Amino acid sequence: MAHGPAKGIARWLYTTNHKDIGSMYLWFSFAMFLLGGVFALVIRAELFQPGLQIVDPNFFNQMTTMHGLVMVFGAVMPAFVGLANWMVPMMIGAPDMALPRMNNWSFWILPFAFAMLTSTLFMEGGAPNFGWTFYAPLSTTYAPPSVTFFIFAIHIMGASSIMGAINIIATILNMRAPGMTLMKMPLFVWTWLITAYLLIAVMPVLAGVVTMMLMDIHFGTSFFNAAGGGDPVLFQHIFWFFGHPEVYIMILPAFGIVSAIIPTFSRKPLFGYASMVYATASIAFLSFIVWAHHMFTVGMPLAGELFFMYATMLIAVPTGVKVFNWTATMFKGSLTFETPMLFSIAFVILFTIGGFSGLMLAIAPADFQYHDTYFVVAHFHYVLVPGAIFSITAAVYYWLPKWSGRMYSEVMGKTHFWLAFIGLNVTFFPMHFSGLAGMPRRIPDYHMMFADWNMISSIGAFLFGGAQVLFLYIVISTIVSGRKATDKVWENPEGLEWTVPSPAPYHTFSTPPEVK
Amino acid sequence: MLNRAHGRSPWLLAPALLVGSYQSLAEEVERWKYNMPEGVTPVSQNIHGLHMEMFWWCVGIGVVVFSIMLFSMIFHRKSRGVKPAHFHESTTLEIIWTVIPVVILILMAIPATKSLINLYDTSEADMDVLITGYQWRWKYDYVDEDLSFFSSLSTPREQIEGLAPKGPHYLLEVDEPLVVPINKKIRFLITANDVIHAWWVPALGVKKDAIPGFIKESWTIINEPGVYRGQCAELCGRDHGFMPIVVDARTEEDYRAWLQEKQAAAAAIRELTSKTFTFDELYARGEEVYNRSCAACHQVNGEGIPGTFPSLKGVGVAVGPIDHHIDVVVNGVKGTAMQAFGPQLSEVDIAAVVTYERNAWGNNMGDMTQPIDIYNHKQGN
Repeated sequence: MAHGPAKGIARWLYTTNHKDIGSMYLWFSFAMFLLGGVFALVIRAELFQPGLQIVDPNFFNQMTTMHGLVMVFGAVMPAFVGLANWMVPMMIGAPDMALPRMNNWSFWILPFAFAMLTSTLFMEGGAPNFGWTFYAPLSTTYAPPSVTFFIFAIHIMGASSIMGAINIIATILNMRAPGMTLMKMPLFVWTWLITAYLLIAVMPVLAGVVTMMLMDIHFGTSFFNAAGGGDPVLFQHIFWFFGHPEVYIMILPAFGIVSAIIPTFSRKPLFGYASMVYATASIAFLSFIVWAHHMFTVGMPLAGELFFMYATMLIAVPTGVKVFNWTATMFKGSLTFETPMLFSIAFVILFTIGGFSGLMLAIAPADFQYHDTYFVVAHFHYVLVPGAIFSITAAVYYWLPKWSGRMYSEVMGKTHFWLAFIGLNVTFFPMHFSGLAGMPRRIPDYHMMFADWNMISSIGAFLFGGAQVLFLYIVISTIVSGRKATDKVWENPEGLEWTVPSPAPYHTFSTPPEVK
Repeated sequence: MLNRAHGRSPWLLAPALLVGSYQSLAEEVERWKYNMPEGVTPVSQNIHGLHMEMFWWCVGIGVVVFSIMLFSMIFHRKSRGVKPAHFHESTTLEIIWTVIPVVILILMAIPATKSLINLYDTSEADMDVLITGYQWRWKYDYVDEDLSFFSSLSTPREQIEGLAPKGPHYLLEVDEPLVVPINKKIRFLITANDVIHAWWVPALGVKKDAIPGFIKESWTIINEPGVYRGQCAELCGRDHGFMPIVVDARTEEDYRAWLQEKQAAAAAIRELTSKTFTFDELYARGEEVYNRSCAACHQVNGEGIPGTFPSLKGVGVAVGPIDHHIDVVVNGVKGTAMQAFGPQLSEVDIAAVVTYERNAWGNNMGDMTQPIDIYNHKQGN
């Protein structure tokens, strides 16, 4: 019946198997995570103490830019696509993704995009140095020549994401096993379905805005140049119309992961499945009408300012519903604290802290003081690192035994967790303080009043970085020499993926399972 | 690219050593600051109030949610032999935890809305200051007073590069502060010359993006005389971290006295345009001007940054025809980071810097130019 994989490198180049492609996405994402991490450590090393010690300010700006781009587009997004590739077919009882050849293509263009982006570091004039938000005209008229390569790299990443999203939607809508109705799907599938729609809606907007930049730079248009009748603020509106849903693209699948893990280790069903689905959909809808809260200081009219403030505050409601649901799921459960659960609980607590600072930032008048300070840096790292990164890590620990057929070492996993948890908080919590005390973001040097917090942050960053090297070791040693995992892996996990053997065979659900 | 060619201080890993390195300043510099300053204007104090109110709401909600989680984590452990309950789905509970947050949000939104409406009221100002962001300095135009000047970082490069001890206002000091009177409603008209900057002084509670081609408004009334410091808050290129803002608020009399002095000084500079300078005078003045206005890009040694900022040493405009050199400095180069310095520097300073560039770093062109030549160039003859 089902044949095994091809041999050698051809297996990976030509594969149309969702598991192979999922693994490639995950390994690629981890490589990018380490690369982006190295960039972050250059930043933290320079900020260890006041004065310029290690890098030139221009190179510092290249580091902040590349760190953001690589982490967002290289680490977080491909990791979630990799998880979707592995898990969505197994969760809905499908034999593979709906569009397997496109699946191969959407992965294999990514390494080229990032090779192009990374190569800009070695070009004359250096890499993009205008921040990952690349505001015009700093990214157009005043950009280094490598900006053109940056634009094409973004185009390729966008194409990859759109193809991945189409594939996920086609798979979920067409390939569910008999009886797997929409409202029976695991939340990870639901959150990814909604995320995929967000991707299709906004990645073309990103492609549009970088194309406008390309036109301004090379073809004499003036979209973002006031002297030619354009408007630099137009750039920000278009960018953030992409950028805000993008934030949720990086967090909704995380909600799905945590909603799978917490019930397993609480030994209790998720408290409100339906309300979780509706909350996810509400967040996705609201994400389209709040973009200008990133731009409170550009001098919008009062009415605009008020609208975006109210809409942004509203997001707290469905997000709150989610946090309350996870809490209620744990309440009166029978809890154990395996590594995936530790990462998930840390996710809920730290993401909530990030949500609190988000709520504070939503208050437009207060944002005039917070905007573009380290308070903002603390905020979005609190939602992205414990949000996206911790949930991905939790997912890897949770499903790795299913993927590899081998169990990781719980002691090592917990060590990784505590190092990462402490490192994360030591790095990012002091940033709230330096930001409130008045330290702007994206500066290579600062006044001595910020020195103590910055030194603590830098120490934490190196600890966090070290923890991720341990993670790499744990994953490799598990795959190579972990003890055999059972088919169910955990005590009583819910979901079709636990009904197949560990490791999951190359082809699963060639005959659809019956879902009651 | 990595590692500046000169002026590196050793990369010290032991925090103890570092604490020692600027301990002498400990009395002057307030450290471990962790909260938003209350500031010295009604607006900044209002914002601080909002900030604290929001903070305590968040603390309150956090205490409730995290206590429940912690309670479960301690008492509902499998290791204590707890059997899991199986309850799930409760519409009542879902409605409660939707409605309560909505009510809290409304309570938060009311004061925020009031505060925002007040912040947007830029009417009936007593005076206007036009603020223009440049890479990487600020220009202040006193709209009704026929006075304008640039305000640049005055921290010496030796302090930045770790060759000299850092002063108490390290990176937050400028050569020419914005001097304003207290108890007057000052309207700031904010724009930029090149890229987007943001003018931010925390103690005033004012932050507004400076957008090239557009003028945005903000305002302040400062109640207490004093010196208030801020920084550019929008990434604007290489020296984004090196364009501070200093506002010097004075009493009405002191402000008037300062204004007259500045206007007189400006007139004196205009006088100098017709004076003939010696080579040495121009060279010495030029070095000062160069290090203040040009060295950020072209570097102190004139070598620029390959691929980004051209070298002036032995190549290019500084060793070409002098007319072209003057033209580039006065009018800039369109489509590049080279700004038009004509409106930024006085004729004397331009003549001095051109003379300096043509003779420094072994360029030895041996020629010079006088302020009157620059004046004539600007007039188009």
